[in-house]
Amino acid sequence: MKVCVLGAGPAGLYLSILLKRADPAHEIEIFERNAPGATFGWGVVFSEETLGELRDADYATFLRITDTFARWDAIDIRYRGEVLRSRGHGFSAIARKKLLAILQERCRELGVVLRFETSIEDPAELPEADLVVASDGVNSVLRRSRDFGTRSTPQGCKYIWYGTDLVLDAFRFSFAETEHGLIQTHSYPFDEHTSTVIVECPEPTWRAAGLDRMSDEESIAFCEDLFARDLEGHSLLSNKSAWLSFPRIRNRRWSDGNVVLLGDSAHTAHFSIGSGTKLAMEDAVSLANAFVRHGHHDRAAIRAALVHYELERRPMVDRFQQAAADSAGYFERVRHHTGLPPRQFAVNLLTRSGRISHANLALRDPEFVRRADLDFAGEPDRLFAPPPFLTPLQLGKALIPNRLVVTGDPRGAGLVRTAPIAVSEDGRITPETQVGVASYPVDAVHEAGALAMACLTHAGRRGATRPARFGVDVPLPPDEAWPLLSASAVSYGPLSQVPKAADEADLKRIRDHFASAAAEAATAGFDLLELDFAQGRLLASFLSPLTNPAEDRLRFPLEVLSACREAWPEERPLVVRLTVTDWAPRGATIEDGVAYARAFAEAGASMIHVEAGQTVAETRPVYRRGFLTALSDRIRAEAAVPTLVGGHLTSTDEVNTVLAAGRADLCLLDVEA
Amino acid sequence: MKVGIGLPNTTPDATGRLLAEWARRADDGPFSTVAVLDRLVYDSVEPFAALAAAAAVTERVRLATNIAIGPLRSAAMLAKQADSVARLSDGRFTLGLGVGARRDDYTAAEADHHTRGERLSAQLAHLRTENTDIELLVGGSSGAAFARMARYADGFAHGGGPPRAFASAATRARAAWHDLGRPGRPKLWGQGYFALGDPDRGSAYLRDYYAFTGPFAETIAAANLTSARAIKDFVRGYAAEGCDELILFPTVADLDEVDRLAEVLA
Repeated sequence: MKVCVLGAGPAGLYLSILLKRADPAHEIEIFERNAPGATFGWGVVFSEETLGELRDADYATFLRITDTFARWDAIDIRYRGEVLRSRGHGFSAIARKKLLAILQERCRELGVVLRFETSIEDPAELPEADLVVASDGVNSVLRRSRDFGTRSTPQGCKYIWYGTDLVLDAFRFSFAETEHGLIQTHSYPFDEHTSTVIVECPEPTWRAAGLDRMSDEESIAFCEDLFARDLEGHSLLSNKSAWLSFPRIRNRRWSDGNVVLLGDSAHTAHFSIGSGTKLAMEDAVSLANAFVRHGHHDRAAIRAALVHYELERRPMVDRFQQAAADSAGYFERVRHHTGLPPRQFAVNLLTRSGRISHANLALRDPEFVRRADLDFAGEPDRLFAPPPFLTPLQLGKALIPNRLVVTGDPRGAGLVRTAPIAVSEDGRITPETQVGVASYPVDAVHEAGALAMACLTHAGRRGATRPARFGVDVPLPPDEAWPLLSASAVSYGPLSQVPKAADEADLKRIRDHFASAAAEAATAGFDLLELDFAQGRLLASFLSPLTNPAEDRLRFPLEVLSACREAWPEERPLVVRLTVTDWAPRGATIEDGVAYARAFAEAGASMIHVEAGQTVAETRPVYRRGFLTALSDRIRAEAAVPTLVGGHLTSTDEVNTVLAAGRADLCLLDVEA
Repeated sequence: MKVGIGLPNTTPDATGRLLAEWARRADDGPFSTVAVLDRLVYDSVEPFAALAAAAAVTERVRLATNIAIGPLRSAAMLAKQADSVARLSDGRFTLGLGVGARRDDYTAAEADHHTRGERLSAQLAHLRTENTDIELLVGGSSGAAFARMARYADGFAHGGGPPRAFASAATRARAAWHDLGRPGRPKLWGQGYFALGDPDRGSAYLRDYYAFTGPFAETIAAANLTSARAIKDFVRGYAAEGCDELILFPTVADLDEVDRLAEVLA
């Protein structure tokens, strides 16, 4: 097979090595615009897992790479003057320049033709080939010449990639407070003389600090001064370093005819999870193996191999891009987490991308997790603490025995939520919705060792529907339905009844119903009270611009909250269940959600139960495991209020991770009995 | 996990006699369901008509659209067709619906493509209000599709792919189900394509059937299950990921394919 490779980065070089090894008859030519020694960036990090793959793919390259490795297993987090160390992470790093030199040398040994300082501006200049590989990076020339359905969006902070001659013994995150906001570094060693230092901050901080207008020297001086404690007198080194935004590259197709995208031209990750080179080299392994499997004797075989490569790699890459987006977003908003105690801040950082859980951390560094769990339990002097989900929560005067919240069977739970209880007949969701708290078996919940929370609702325009086992929002036949109320006279779903827009008399009546139901719940012995301001129910309809044209959307919900707070014993916690984003165009956003949560907390809510969507019937939810966790993290950090969160958490490990990282205080567990 | 077989109603040149005999053999075999696909602008037999024929010659198997493109029809017409197949089969009918992926079908049906999601929701609400007996599935991969599924349907119909892709969609389906406050869990249906007798013809058919997707047709053709081992691995993979019912669609309209698949599954 005649192969033409554009771009002599790790992806293109490694693919050439593997193809040539598999079949020395391949004619492979690599075109690179730069000279052999020219490169940007400093070090490249590999995990143990990636090294295993490299060992299997080409042992000779593996040996030469590992001979020059810097290895360490710790992550240091410098935050509020303290340095916290977490061990057991197993990294290896190599200078990018050194890696390229090894790969180039191996290419030459195997007879791959390398053409440096050969700039290809028009793909038509490339020689005829059976396979054309676009391994020419983020700004791939070859990719632009065809339609791969490419999307490029900037993600995360502004960043700059420096080196230093200080040799670190760990991966280090360092956070520095400035008058303009938080600025942080990601640093790691990569050979016996040098370390990489990436400095980053959100764009507004970058502009406010004047970094957008500084010369290269001024920028270096600024960063050296800010991170003087980390640098220990060493200086920062530039390598044509410039402040950039990191693009997320996605392609709808990874190949077109005989042209295939490889590495950064196909997809990017983010430097904060450090996987770009790893993904590029794994791409090369997958593509080379695809030719072993499908052969390369004709066009159809080559097409089959390219399709196979994409099918195999895409799910893996999707996962890394999700993790990269989560991680980039974390660092962009990390300033909101500066209220967390140091060890919890560290757990939050280490679990930011969803790839490491509480259980993973406990395996890597049992001592770190033992101490984090002790801090979480508020008993740092004891020897052992229970896992976070079994740690009691003191909320007002209520002591919730553990962090698990369920609806239904109370055994093992700390808190039991009732099914929605309507405050009035016309506030029922279905004919089966209970009205008033009178008949609820609070004693049985207490006997099972849990506390009981009464959930009061008024269905609003989502009322008068069939029971949920037949689907939700399916209207009752007209002769069984009752008239509905909402903030405006707009129906919820297709075929739903048009509600009446509540007038002042309705509002007064509803407020009184909520208050008397709250008083009844107190008498019935409930420990907590939850008010339903979520998912398009009556009170939620007042909070969304999609359903309430009025300016002051908080007025009525705040009135209801105050009336209930007065009727509900002061020492017992009151929870507001709140839709924190509508997930719909022109709807309430998470920024609105934060403002609402803050207002309710000030008005006496002890906790926010975080929900999202369902304000209107047609929305754009983002479902996955733990899909509400990131929203809860933002509400808890930015509105400074405890949170309860569900969102399809399915294991105690997921719950432990959410709690230990300070993303919520109580969790609803979805178990399929 | 139950395994069903597709009826070749969207493979060109399938005759009425072949479709009827195909369904009859499936009724004898180890299959739980006979399912059909829906494509307007393609040489094919209309899905409800195909199932009506199958209903007449079978006694045991369930009959399913997996999926039919709801918004190509009016809500009342769709309900009428669904009711008819349910009545002709003594209630052995499962109605899987989706918005499909083909704009040309909408143009041909004079149906608005832009509002297809809302129209499907309205159809589902209509079906649920008028008739609560027919089992409903909804397919699709957007968040809106999962919400629609959880709001109105009994389960989720996955559009195909390796078991890992099914697993990730199944997680999203379950998350949506809990989010909408439905009790229990959604039924989960999966699907795949197979060709045991003449793999090249089968894969050529897939390239033609999915030509409208551009280069992605190659990806679908490459995933065609063309050996007993590939089918067994696929079935095992889907079962492990919690699939309730897996439909294997033929890509070659040859009656021997029913027997070949039955033998692999035996």
